[in-house]
Amino acid sequence: MPKVSMTVNGKAVSANVDARTLLVQFLREDLRLTGTHVGCDTSQCGCCVVHVDGKAIKSCTVLALTLEGANVTTIEGLAQDGKLHPMQEAFRENHALQCGFCTPGMIMTSVDIVNRKGNTLDEQTIRHELEGNLCRCTGYHNIVKAVAAGAEAMAK
Amino acid sequence: MYQFTYHRVDSARKAINLAEKNEDAKFLAGGMTLLPTMKQRLASPSAIIDLNPAADKLAGIEQRGRAIVIGAMTRHYDVANSKIVQDAIPALADLAGMIGDPAVRHRGTIGGSVANNDPAADYPSAVLALNATVFTNKRKIAADDFFKGLFETALEPGELITKIVFPIPSKAAYMKFPNPASRYAMVGVFVARRGKEVRVAVTGAGSNGVFRASKFEAALTAKFHVKSLEGVNASADGLNSDIHADAAYRAHLIGVMCRRAVNKANGK
Amino acid sequence: MSATGIGAAVRRKEDLRFITGRGQYTDDINRPGQAYAYFLRSPHAHAEIKSIDTRDARAADGVLAILTGDDIAADKVGGLICGWMIHSKDGSAMKAGAHPALAQGKVRYVGDHVAVVIAETLAQARDASEKIKVDYKVLPAVVDMNDAVKKGAPVIHEVSGNNTVYNWHLGDKAAADAAFAKAKHVTKLDIVNNRLVPNAMEPRAAVGDYEPGTESFTLYTTSQNPHVARLVLSAFIGIAPEHKLRVIAPDVGGGFGSKIFIYAEETVCVWAAKKVGRPVKWTADRSESFLSDAHGRDHVTHAELALDEGGKITGLRVNTKANLGAYLSTFSSSVPTYLYAPLLSGQYDIPAIYAEVDGIYTNTTPVDAYRGAGRPEATFVVERLVEVAARETGVDPAQFRLKNFVRSFPHQTPVIMAYDTGNYQAALEKALKMADYRGLARRKALSARAGKLRGIGFSAYIEACGIAPSAAVGSLGAGVGLWESAEVRVNPIGTVEVLTGSHSHGQGHETTFAQLVSDRLGIPIDNVSIVHGDTDKVQMGMGTYGSRSGAVGMSAIFKALDKVIAKGKKVAAYCLEASENDIDFKDGKFSVKGTDRNLDFGSVALQAYIAHKFNGQDLEPGLKEGAFWDPTNFTFPAGVHICEVEVDPETGITRIDRWTAVDDFGRVINPMIVEGQVHGGIGQGVGQALLEGVHYNKDGQLVTASFNDYCMPRADDLPSYNVGMTQTPCPSNPLGIKGCGEAGAIAAPPAVINAITDALGHEDVPMPATPLNVWRAAQKAVAKKAAE
Repeated sequence: MPKVSMTVNGKAVSANVDARTLLVQFLREDLRLTGTHVGCDTSQCGCCVVHVDGKAIKSCTVLALTLEGANVTTIEGLAQDGKLHPMQEAFRENHALQCGFCTPGMIMTSVDIVNRKGNTLDEQTIRHELEGNLCRCTGYHNIVKAVAAGAEAMAK
Repeated sequence: MYQFTYHRVDSARKAINLAEKNEDAKFLAGGMTLLPTMKQRLASPSAIIDLNPAADKLAGIEQRGRAIVIGAMTRHYDVANSKIVQDAIPALADLAGMIGDPAVRHRGTIGGSVANNDPAADYPSAVLALNATVFTNKRKIAADDFFKGLFETALEPGELITKIVFPIPSKAAYMKFPNPASRYAMVGVFVARRGKEVRVAVTGAGSNGVFRASKFEAALTAKFHVKSLEGVNASADGLNSDIHADAAYRAHLIGVMCRRAVNKANGK
Repeated sequence: MSATGIGAAVRRKEDLRFITGRGQYTDDINRPGQAYAYFLRSPHAHAEIKSIDTRDARAADGVLAILTGDDIAADKVGGLICGWMIHSKDGSAMKAGAHPALAQGKVRYVGDHVAVVIAETLAQARDASEKIKVDYKVLPAVVDMNDAVKKGAPVIHEVSGNNTVYNWHLGDKAAADAAFAKAKHVTKLDIVNNRLVPNAMEPRAAVGDYEPGTESFTLYTTSQNPHVARLVLSAFIGIAPEHKLRVIAPDVGGGFGSKIFIYAEETVCVWAAKKVGRPVKWTADRSESFLSDAHGRDHVTHAELALDEGGKITGLRVNTKANLGAYLSTFSSSVPTYLYAPLLSGQYDIPAIYAEVDGIYTNTTPVDAYRGAGRPEATFVVERLVEVAARETGVDPAQFRLKNFVRSFPHQTPVIMAYDTGNYQAALEKALKMADYRGLARRKALSARAGKLRGIGFSAYIEACGIAPSAAVGSLGAGVGLWESAEVRVNPIGTVEVLTGSHSHGQGHETTFAQLVSDRLGIPIDNVSIVHGDTDKVQMGMGTYGSRSGAVGMSAIFKALDKVIAKGKKVAAYCLEASENDIDFKDGKFSVKGTDRNLDFGSVALQAYIAHKFNGQDLEPGLKEGAFWDPTNFTFPAGVHICEVEVDPETGITRIDRWTAVDDFGRVINPMIVEGQVHGGIGQGVGQALLEGVHYNKDGQLVTASFNDYCMPRADDLPSYNVGMTQTPCPSNPLGIKGCGEAGAIAAPPAVINAITDALGHEDVPMPATPLNVWRAAQKAVAKKAAE
């Protein structure tokens, strides 16, 4: 089995994997980082979004082997020094989650939106940018509020 | 997925050499179509030749004279956000920004999209309407000769797109009516005017993939204005019918999207 | 009101683990030595299985076992059950075909379970499944209900030769017919309530485990009601007696009904764990979810409304065909009958109602409860009829409703339900103000100037929630009682664990239930833990569905807390050397009336356990009380939703411009969570109205088999919601709660369709009102206008 090495949440990891292993399988099964979820098999739901070299990607649609040497951040790596990321705080404060299953991907996407679009986001922009993340519980209302609030908080 | 052997390559040359040795090999670029297809076990390549380590060599955007040159491994996100593209062909940047979703745009590549020629993909309409030239490791192929039908192109086995050259139009716009579910183009119309030539390319609608709408082109060549399109209708013949849109509706939408694209290109 | 008590918008206690990726969903659980299951599913909608050859597959890498219907039969594993008996008009029992967990001799829908492969890895299990050779004799399939009941149609189950499970009815036919005979105006509608796929974001999953040393099973599964799962798996399917079967439903990623039912997959995983001597894990991929999760809705209805000369409703007649799919899922029979027709009176005073419902088998995925379950279908019938009747008689739709609302309570409808309390006109009037109904004409003109069509739609819904009372549901055919249980365990330092039979899969019970405890016991909310979802911890429970956890589950906690307080008073009386009757309990303190002598709750808890101050013979040590709560009536949440849309007639695209909701949920424990439930429900209701719909082709192949073709609502499909409330406390439970979980999904679809048809000049449009369907309707409207 070929070997892959990458940095996940700041730690160097490497493993021999079946070539078929997707990044999300590598994270969930090899590293037991189960915060990254799988909600579909057609790259649409966004439950599996993580950051690779600072950009949001769907970890169900990339081979682990492709990411040799990459720097991966998952939901487990977002809080720093025991302090929640402002976007995590904003999701809790605005009741932007119910069952919590889409939440890790939703938060990782939201941080990426702010990284790309800045800290002042209008409703239309947020709704459009969330195109690749499905939530079945919230009707998105509070997620939209949380992303706007989290974006502002990230400026501080 | 079925088993495959995995090859990591850091240059186009190595990729091509490997492809010559592995008949059923597939190049892996962004993987946004290939990997889901493999996951569903609808494709079973014997080998995967991963171009990502060669991405730095195969990606990039530059202006050369009156043309924009985009490397095959350039990601949709980079095309959408390129100052060069936004200034020279804003319609192309717009189009790239409408593909998939942000996470897909971070991975998907122009070369992969064009080589795949999905009948509902966005890029083929730009390549065709802008009369782009597709460069491969072997030759250059004019847009009109490149697209050959559903998922079919002029590419030969083992042939790899290296870059695509887009002549800069005087006016252009892309209007997309997304499939409500997949958000692929249900009807996408790219209009472009360069010199006296007007080209209108339609994606998502044709049962044989992207095509040029000659009636619309003729009307707009006379005068590039939405009024030229009065009474010009697309035929439903040869258009797709599915649960989201029948051929008549798609034909209607081609007209609507074309008019809106012309208005947009004219700054209205 | 305290900051963490009843009525406070307390931030959720459960969120920390979810926002940090530390939730524990079933697929996150891995047992030592676990193997993986892959189900080989039928590619045919209807076929005889002539033989299954597993020889090559057995020899494949990593394969531990391949099990088929023969193994199920040999081990006498019972079939999946339907737990609600429906009787036809003629008194005969419903005709339910057998539902084996692995097919025996025949498959009846695409996705039906043919065999399971258990292997070292999932990839190996799937690889091996492709080596199984099944010899099918393909039979003609039937997917359309009208075709299914035709003479000579393919027979899906021998027991119901005409594919009809029941011909059921409710109400007084003669009275309804008499009302129509005298009617001044009759409004008629043909309605299709589109089939939906629930699509909770977490796919279903199961891990079965067997411990030979104790001969006991453990099943981790995505369930809304683990105790019901254990009961069915024990008493009916026969996996193991209840004391040898532990069912754990850990964090569950949404249910919406689809995780109530006991499915083949978890049954097979727990059974196979013993057979192969290894833990067995199965997780659906989304494609399997589409095929195998019970679908929702799927009614075809003809309905008629009779009006007198004054515009008062005098009668309602409804004829519905309900698609039950290829097998009867766990509660499927009740959904289009007792969860549907008793709601047909809506918020209106209707003297005569008669409903007939035929439950029909087709070669499609089984259909069962999906958020709202029967009540959205009833509300759609009533609210479309009322809207169209108002338009046909030239009356403002809001005024038409006001004229016909039930005004005095209690109100006995002609279809079982006795509405206990409500104030329907108050909700409508508030909603009209919030929606700026007066400004509508101006907004319509503005839209018209931009080439757009603006429309408004109302939906005044009612639901029966707090699904209980046991006696009532028992008389209607339910196989179980629908009470709820709770146990309050007070620790010696005064912290509290509450064990509940309710199950949270997004509803926020760990917070709202703790608010109740904090409020009643006067202790910090952080001192309260809510324990649920494990049959070894919680003795018994009926689970979460039908908006019942607040009204029924919390009432059980309330009752148990009363017992804790009563016991605490006894302890305090000993400690404070006073008579038990002189002890008051308020704000977390037990005090002697008229004195300043008191003990706080924590001190009493400690005294209860150290028991030094009282004779353990006179008073038992400890502080732990349990209760079962069975209410006397359903609850009746109701409200008004107003949807305002803008339609682009050129493309058929509908944009929801504003959404107003005014709901009466009785007493609200946590308004933040309640509003969240409303938002989510509306999202699903709008999904049904605008985006979602299942398509089968004529051979029974599912066309909408992934998110590529089944349109899930995305953030940019939905509006922001303006949510308001009125409150009339429910009289049938101590907290006055009515329930809020399903309201949005019930209210939304008719509001959307009423708005679009208003925009289109009253041209009807089917659900989902996709751009294609709206464009077609707009074309028709234009053609009709031209013909006039």
